[in-house]
Amino acid sequence: MSTGSPILPPGAAGEPLPRTAELATLWRLLRSPVGALGLALVAFWVAVALFAPLIAPFEPNANDYLALADPTPSGVHWLGTDNLGRDIVSRLAWGARTVLVIVPIAVAAAYAIGCLMGLLAGYIGGWADTLLMRLSDVILSFPVIILYMIVLAHFGPSAINVILAVAFTAAPSVARIVRGLTLDLSNRPYVAAARLRGESPWYVMFVEILPNARGPLIVDGCLRMGYTTIAIGVLGFLGLGLPPDDPNWGGMVKDTYALMSVYPHMSLIPCGAITSLVIGFNLLADGLREVAGDE
Amino acid sequence: MTSEPSRAGAPSVLVFDEARISYRTRADELNVVPGFSLSIGRGEAVGLVGESGSGKSTLAFAAMGYLGHAGRLVSGRILFEGEDMAGLSAGELRALRGLRMAMVYQDPMSSLNPVMKAGAQLMEVPMRRLGLGRDEARERALAMLAEVEFADPASILERYPHQLSGGQQQRVVIAMALMSEPALLILDEPTTGLDVTVEAAVLDLIGALRHCHDSAILFISHNLGTVARVSDRIAVLYAGELVEEAPAGELFEAPRHPYTRALFNCLPGLARHAAIEGDPPSPGARPEGCAFAPRCAFAKPGPCTSEPIALRASGERRVRCVRLPELAPWTLPVPAATTARAEPPTDRILDVSKLTKAYRVGSPLFGLGEGSRRVQALDGVSLWAGRGETLAIVGESGSGKSTLAGIVAGLELGAEGVVRLNGVPVQHLKVEHRPEALRRGVQIVFQNPDGTLNPSHRVGYALARALRRLAGVERRRLPAEVARLLDLVRLPRAYAARKPRQLSGGEKQRVAIARALAGAPDLLIADEPVSALDLSVQAAIVNLLSELQEARGMTLLFISHDLALVRYLADRVAVMYRGRVMEFGPADEVFSPPFHPYTLTLLSSVTARAEGQSEGAGEGPEGATLAVGCPFHHRCPYKLGSICRDETPPSREAGAEHRIACHIPLGELAAIGASSEEHGEENRDAP
Repeated sequence: MSTGSPILPPGAAGEPLPRTAELATLWRLLRSPVGALGLALVAFWVAVALFAPLIAPFEPNANDYLALADPTPSGVHWLGTDNLGRDIVSRLAWGARTVLVIVPIAVAAAYAIGCLMGLLAGYIGGWADTLLMRLSDVILSFPVIILYMIVLAHFGPSAINVILAVAFTAAPSVARIVRGLTLDLSNRPYVAAARLRGESPWYVMFVEILPNARGPLIVDGCLRMGYTTIAIGVLGFLGLGLPPDDPNWGGMVKDTYALMSVYPHMSLIPCGAITSLVIGFNLLADGLREVAGDE
Repeated sequence: MTSEPSRAGAPSVLVFDEARISYRTRADELNVVPGFSLSIGRGEAVGLVGESGSGKSTLAFAAMGYLGHAGRLVSGRILFEGEDMAGLSAGELRALRGLRMAMVYQDPMSSLNPVMKAGAQLMEVPMRRLGLGRDEARERALAMLAEVEFADPASILERYPHQLSGGQQQRVVIAMALMSEPALLILDEPTTGLDVTVEAAVLDLIGALRHCHDSAILFISHNLGTVARVSDRIAVLYAGELVEEAPAGELFEAPRHPYTRALFNCLPGLARHAAIEGDPPSPGARPEGCAFAPRCAFAKPGPCTSEPIALRASGERRVRCVRLPELAPWTLPVPAATTARAEPPTDRILDVSKLTKAYRVGSPLFGLGEGSRRVQALDGVSLWAGRGETLAIVGESGSGKSTLAGIVAGLELGAEGVVRLNGVPVQHLKVEHRPEALRRGVQIVFQNPDGTLNPSHRVGYALARALRRLAGVERRRLPAEVARLLDLVRLPRAYAARKPRQLSGGEKQRVAIARALAGAPDLLIADEPVSALDLSVQAAIVNLLSELQEARGMTLLFISHDLALVRYLADRVAVMYRGRVMEFGPADEVFSPPFHPYTLTLLSSVTARAEGQSEGAGEGPEGATLAVGCPFHHRCPYKLGSICRDETPPSREAGAEHRIACHIPLGELAAIGASSEEHGEENRDAP
């Protein structure tokens, strides 16, 4: 301690060597029980998705007709099979891949559009603000699920169209958050200093303002991944989102919920998967918020 | 070192007896206060002075029995009215707080509920804590408001906090604290956020209240002048340790501890400010022996750096210094002769004439409500600055100083009038539309050190970007140039790799100065650059600014509410009030008669602060709205009559370059000024 630089903030004086701010944040996140649990749940599903070909003992669409006699969990099918004799472990693993590819891409797309809209509305202001925010109001005034159905009914079911539908419906609410943060941050003296040295509005928006909005945006992004996971489950359940052959958790529930009273495991297991991933995202967001509050 | 009764016979209300306080962090326990003893008697006011981080507020919270979940009294005792606070339950503590002890914080809004009328909040205390009825509580509230010098207490009862000015809010909070006649009143920097004249009024009020109530007062501040005005005794705190304690008069006559002496040398207006080199130690890295030794001019390795230093008492004074007997008596530094500028520069780099700017506040909601209100931020402002000069703009908050700076820099546009930079009219050009040469010519150093640097960018990046944009430095020469800029503002070159949160307030302000100087501007606007910093750091930054200005021959537009600073720095001064220039001229002419009555008010609240009394009490400027008459008429002690309210005062030529906007003829103003100076002299001569 006595050799520590007096300029270091007191909290950092005794932390065990976090090299960078990012590592320090991760370290604090792991020390918060909520954050650590969230991170563990998300990391588990990411690992399952990454190693799906190794984890899945069968082809996800292969039918084991012998198992149809007794689809409950057994030595061969650890979590049992579904109504068509397809292995649930395999479908769960490949379904994780589907959801964990679509969700981050869809959320990233929503953020790309939403950040641009919010920055323009908040920083340029005037007519740009009015136009973009009224447009957002129009989109936000529709129930989300109806918007999904309109978009997907029009463009047809495919992974790309699901991503577009999510980006289209989530971008306006991202834009609102970014606009609010931008309004606040653009009054900071460092923004005035940037203008005084002749920086372009694009530089000010993306280099001076956006990086300082990252705290709330990361937390919101995590929550939004959770919502999107639910949304994709719902689309799968309605049979709207993806082609029927792609293993997806919502579709697994749709195929089997009629057998709920006889073989509840067929639909409860994919339900549990959705729930655990959503809870994981939400806890991670809580943990990040806690860590951000420490700073 | 046990508790000594502070006055003969008077029992102590609050006693710190070797209190040792530490905060738990994740890694270990930080000892913030290593052992503190002090006692405050009934009716006594004790001032606690120290820089930020010295543990002042920790002690205040410890006295209230509230250290949060991380803080802890490790050893020693804190006695309140003879009872050990450690032995009290949470419920008993809650009963004490607000009833027997009360605290007033720096920001009055943190103590006021924004959705409750002032009256309801005041009446809560007697109704809930003393069990009085509604009418009785209301009567008490009215009496207390009258006591804190509100002319019309009944109207204050009906107002919401946002309808009160900062000074009024703080007085309501003080009234609230006094409602239950507490035995102990703790004031934690109660005037730091207020303007000079308002501060003077609040301090007078506290001084007066201490005589009519029997409360013991613990007054916490970083400002020696403020503390002097209300305290019987003063305790100086450094890095959590009491370094000197003495009756106020004795301390001001002859400060003994080297740190106290250094603090006195930092007071503006004495000499070229002597800054204290270095930073106070962080609680985790307290040096062996004397905590002040690394920064002390008298420190000797060995006696000062080996063992903990004990407090030595002599008479009513206690000092923590081993070398005390060897130190020469302190003498006031001799004011440096102000070097007269050789030639009055005729080259006007900044020329503002008849600049007017109005804001519209609040828009009518669906055609209901009061409708929008025009606020005149600037009203016919004319002033100028020559090349290489320092033009100071003085005024309280709301006087339009910062609006003026924003228009000059092109951050906002003026509505009417002309602003010329190097003879080019620029008032209609936002900074984005100004020609490059003009844009590079004006840079700003901002007030708030926390917002001035982008928290996401390293110091090196911020400076490199400024060098590229403002000076067109090539990429490969950037590291060398960044190092040169850091040298210029006396920061270690390694700071280029730091993020702003790893810097202290003063260091951030140095980086901001370096950034502004990257392109060698003609005009540097410093908008209250030091008002958020500690006194010892302030001096260093001001010295740096004026050195750099002299070395580079640039013009400095220095915006401040601190007259002592302005007097020391400026060649030319503009005194602003509610968007108008009341007086403008060369500094030595503005600071000698004839004065504008408002200048006189500002001057008297500054000198009075050092002397212990004030004349110009009253309210600071609220939003300026009137378009005719003199904006100062309702506070002016020399008001002539309705002419001041109804007619815009003429601009009188008091000298070749000295203008005063006042209805009173110059001869009379000179007489008023001379008599008030004499009056001041008499006060100074009196014991």
